[in-house]
Amino acid sequence: MKRRALLALPPAMLLLTAADEPMLVPDVSQREVEIQYSFTGADLLLFGAIVYPDGRRPKTPADIMVVLKGPDQSITMREKQKVAGIWVNADSARFRSAPSFYAIASSRPIGKVVDERTAAIYEMGVDKLQLSPSSLNDSAELDRFQKGLIDLRQRAGLYVEQQGTVEITDGVLYRARLPLSARVIVGDYTAETFLVQDGRVVAAAVRDITIRKSGFERFMAVAAEQWPFFYGLVAMMLAVGMGWAAGAIAKRI
Amino acid sequence: MDLYLPIANLSVNALVIIALGGVVGLLSGMFGVGGGFLTTPLLIFYGIPPTVAAASAASQVTGASVSGVVTHMSRGTVDFRMGGVLIVGGVVGAGLGVLIFRLLQAIGQIDTVIGILYVLMLGGIGSLMAKESIQALIALKSGRRIQARKRRHHPLVAAMPMRWRFYRSGLYISPLAPLLLGMATGILTMLLGVGGGFILVPAMLYLLGMTTQSVVGTSLFQILFVTMATTMMHAMTTHAVDLVLAMLLLIGSVTGAQVGTRISMTIRPEYLRILLAAIVLLVAARMALGLGFRPDEIYTVEVR
Repeated sequence: MKRRALLALPPAMLLLTAADEPMLVPDVSQREVEIQYSFTGADLLLFGAIVYPDGRRPKTPADIMVVLKGPDQSITMREKQKVAGIWVNADSARFRSAPSFYAIASSRPIGKVVDERTAAIYEMGVDKLQLSPSSLNDSAELDRFQKGLIDLRQRAGLYVEQQGTVEITDGVLYRARLPLSARVIVGDYTAETFLVQDGRVVAAAVRDITIRKSGFERFMAVAAEQWPFFYGLVAMMLAVGMGWAAGAIAKRI
Repeated sequence: MDLYLPIANLSVNALVIIALGGVVGLLSGMFGVGGGFLTTPLLIFYGIPPTVAAASAASQVTGASVSGVVTHMSRGTVDFRMGGVLIVGGVVGAGLGVLIFRLLQAIGQIDTVIGILYVLMLGGIGSLMAKESIQALIALKSGRRIQARKRRHHPLVAAMPMRWRFYRSGLYISPLAPLLLGMATGILTMLLGVGGGFILVPAMLYLLGMTTQSVVGTSLFQILFVTMATTMMHAMTTHAVDLVLAMLLLIGSVTGAQVGTRISMTIRPEYLRILLAAIVLLVAARMALGLGFRPDEIYTVEVR
């Protein structure tokens, strides 16, 4: 809840000072990503324009950061330890709001664009995600679990950090390409764009992206949840039918 | 050829899954086992979530056992009464399996328990089979016949109350014995996605003392129905049956099973058995190492 309020703040400030603050006009290549049988991930193009009042560009070039974020999940993380010669799950920690997907691209290395505090406020960078721990672990343990989660999801392509990949043309047009892993879950995603000038976020804008299963894939997912009995029945019939058919065909060959 | 699995939520190479099903089917045709003991670990190794793997592997075992059951029925080597009792036990066991599955999932130990169960089950059965088939091979080479075991059921079985006649099995024993046996395999089917033929066949021979002719047909008959029930229970409770994944596995395995059956007719059964024992022990050893070695992933994430 707190984070939403923070996000809403910059555009509100923008309205008040619209006369002399720059504005962002962002867009994305796809407002809807459909997951179909051949889905192996996708590339999203996030682009747009920076509009300066009276067309005056600042002397030091501004920076752009784009953040693509998936629905939050409540998760339990478990850590394996060696107990009596075998590796078993021992410690665990719970987090209330771990984003299922997070990708950030920036025009320069994040550390050079904003300071630690600003990065933490706007969740810029995978190590700045606020996961809201809800279990009783000490902070060193939570740190360990958080690192584990980031490492795991970075390797799965679910947490992406691409520093210095946003291209800015003539100081007004920007474009960034972010990869969507094939393992993304369906739901509502947000693409946030931040305009940063001298370490300060001066403009922000959000676009919504919907990722959903379509056609056959959607039908299957819905059927498995809504009509489990018939779904199970079809699975059984399919198995018996195919096994029987193969036997019958083999007899004739 | 990449294909997106709607329930597992990831895309896989369809040809790899079909090939996997084919290899498992080939083995199941050659050795007369369901092959679930190979499918589930291989799918997990490929990156499919364990629950989806176990749920979808069960339907593959159904497909692989159908033609075997049809053949055995036409030969009259299925004891329907015995099979019926085993199925009732199996379905009850699968139901218990659901509860155990949930309990273990809640405390986060499902993977370890699955691993240990695999090692114990495959290690035990594998060494038993290896020992027996080596003895058979030695006997074959030296030309000496080993004496046939006396067919007798275990004293525990004889002590159970109430007795039924199972004509085709040549038994007059308490139905509680096969009922309990069925329950044990039902639990394994639910937890591991295996058919349970591995446990069932030796137990029917050595614990119940059934006639050899009707053992394989009856166990296949039980496996067919219990895996069907398991698929249904997974569909109703875990919602983890992936029809696309099951379909790919089935395409491979039903074809492989037919080829396997033909191969098995050209090889001496003694060699077949020692080969199977080697494969089973290999899988068990791999799983045991997996438990003892530092795993690739120390952390696991579970979404609630």
